[in-house]
Amino acid sequence: MSDLTDIGREYLPILLFFGVAIAFAGVFAGLPILVSNLVGTNKPYADKLTEYESGFPAFSSARGQFDVRFYLVSILFIIFDLEVAFLFPWAVSLAHMGPELYFAWGSMMLFLGVLTVGFIYEWKKGALDWE
Amino acid sequence: MGSAGNGRLRQTLPPTPPIANGCRGFFDDSFQQGPRTAVIQAAIFYLFATVVVASGLMVILAKNPVHSVLWLILAFFNAAGLFLVIGAEFVAMILVIVYVGAVAVLFLFVVMMLDIDFTEMRAGFVRYLPFGMVLALILAVELVMVAGAWAFGDMVPEARMAPKPGVDAQLSNTQAIGTILYTDYVFIFQMAGMILLTAMIGAIVLTLRHRPGVKRQNVAAQNARTPASAVTITKPAIGAGVDTGAGVQPLIEKEGRS
Amino acid sequence: MVEFFQTYLGTGFGWFVAHLILILLIALPVMLCMALATWVDRKVWAAMMLRRGPNVVGPIGILQPFADGLKLFLKETIVPSGANKGVFFIAPIITFVLALVSWAVIPFDAGWVLADINVGMLFLFAVSSMGVYGIIMSGWASNSKYPFLGGLRSAAQMVSYEVSIGFVIVTVVLYASSFNLTDIVESQRGNIFGILNGHIFNPLLFPMAILFLISALAETNRPPFDLPEAESELVAGYQIEYSSMTFALFFLGEYMNILLMCALASILFLGGYLPPFDWAPLYFVPGLIWLFVKIVFMFFVFAWVKATVPRYRYDQLMRLGWKVFLPLSLFWVVLVSGWLVFTGHYSAPVAAPTVVTGGAA
Repeated sequence: MSDLTDIGREYLPILLFFGVAIAFAGVFAGLPILVSNLVGTNKPYADKLTEYESGFPAFSSARGQFDVRFYLVSILFIIFDLEVAFLFPWAVSLAHMGPELYFAWGSMMLFLGVLTVGFIYEWKKGALDWE
Repeated sequence: MGSAGNGRLRQTLPPTPPIANGCRGFFDDSFQQGPRTAVIQAAIFYLFATVVVASGLMVILAKNPVHSVLWLILAFFNAAGLFLVIGAEFVAMILVIVYVGAVAVLFLFVVMMLDIDFTEMRAGFVRYLPFGMVLALILAVELVMVAGAWAFGDMVPEARMAPKPGVDAQLSNTQAIGTILYTDYVFIFQMAGMILLTAMIGAIVLTLRHRPGVKRQNVAAQNARTPASAVTITKPAIGAGVDTGAGVQPLIEKEGRS
Repeated sequence: MVEFFQTYLGTGFGWFVAHLILILLIALPVMLCMALATWVDRKVWAAMMLRRGPNVVGPIGILQPFADGLKLFLKETIVPSGANKGVFFIAPIITFVLALVSWAVIPFDAGWVLADINVGMLFLFAVSSMGVYGIIMSGWASNSKYPFLGGLRSAAQMVSYEVSIGFVIVTVVLYASSFNLTDIVESQRGNIFGILNGHIFNPLLFPMAILFLISALAETNRPPFDLPEAESELVAGYQIEYSSMTFALFFLGEYMNILLMCALASILFLGGYLPPFDWAPLYFVPGLIWLFVKIVFMFFVFAWVKATVPRYRYDQLMRLGWKVFLPLSLFWVVLVSGWLVFTGHYSAPVAAPTVVTGGAA
């Protein structure tokens, strides 16, 4: 198991980097608030705190309904993202397939072929057109 | 630790600094293994585990559904951290790429659009409470039954001792998955492809609605236009006007698919 | 260096101090470069429009970004009354943190990398796929219409181009057989007849380099794909309600992402820290300088595109992403892998692993 903890150990600097970056961001975001409170530039009033609406008072909630196409795009993205996720280990392990190289290549081509059928279906249905 | 053991590449490398216990470069391997490493590993495990459990609780306790999804994302992210602690780096990255980067975006889209009136939602709480309790009880009983009937397979103890299937120590985690996924488990792999195809078709059938009367750009038609097909030069007589129907095709065709 | 600190401060604490110093050695120059990048961007943009650009603060205006930063620092932080305060503050922090943390896996020279992980490329892909959250969260938390629309647009746009970036990465990884960024760079050493270093000189990968550059523009919301902040329609998109340093965090994160994409393009296609020619005298120049020169060149290309190309319309942008880049890059994966498999790229002397499921390791 020591083999595996070695891998985990290589990520410790990244964890530390996350900490440092969050500290930087906290200082950047927090310090001006502190400074403006101490110096006295922080003078909020109702009109200043309304949301921007080209100078008009807002007449409806901002979080209304939006186009169903955004869902379709994100669903299709999940599918293609998974396709890419399946390609990743394949791309690095082809060199280690040995005699099964052609079989591994062929099985991925079949997988991509199946998904290309879906892609053609999408295209013909007009799911990729943005209206 | 086998850092990407492509033997062919290794040979072409310049004389790199000595590889101590698998770690390359000037960040050498003097961070020795010992009791303190175990303490740090345990501390990091409990850090991630606590955040996963706490954010999991917040997913169901948060009043605003968008906040719930954001807590869920934090839970995913820390679960990826837990995978890293045991060294499953590929699974950790895929968890972040697929769940955080793609699935949670969809969740967020769906939840952000819901215009939920919270007072209305809480109004029926007491009335539905008994029904909800019964449902929760049934689910709990089912969970206990499933967990009680579950037994380890014959291979599990050995498999747990050898998380990497290949005996080749040069293989990295990702390559170890790759060498068996596309050959030994080819049927499962192809089935995953079929499921993705079904999901693709299902998503289109369920969500695709065409708006009538949308103006679309036909890029091929635009690019195919030449001065000869787009411009007609006429010399009208004074007061006679021009015959507009001659030669000029509309650039954008109106489509009225339902 | 780690050893030096460990001898004086003990194993654990010495490691901590040494890595903290290394992290600051990466983070501070990156932030400095990012500040100068805004200046370079404006100068290049101005030069292409026959203007002078910033030229008042400091010699040739080089202190302009610092003056801007100081001004933003002293401004009042305004939080709209309808905003969700927590999410409103977390959004810019996420953008900034993710853009900074990505630099942990970038190899600045052979072996000069903070975390030399096996899956460095996947780490960068994962971090960039999370970048969308800073934007969606800011758009939603502001509780205002323009940011909401900007956030949605941006999310759909980044998501659309990420798939093709994934396929492009696969084509390069097929050559390197590794996700380790150092391995990816080393696989380009003398890859073209032993003379040139870099996948961009490979005719099979050259189209993918162009495709990566364009997708990177879309991924970082740079013109001509700056739809989320299109000032003529959405004023400033998701950043409208932000002021003071919370705005600056978005700004910093955005430029650091651009620099990161430049670094990634250099590593994937231009040979990273290797000189462009595999010729011994060129190796006397440190790899850090080569990487820096390549990043600056890529950044110049980004600024050049910004100055010359008009903005896309949203349907054109989606069409380009889904109907051109996606099929093209997918086809290229098939093409490159087929070429490599059938020309014997993988039949190099690599021991075939004996796969034993559940066997003792």
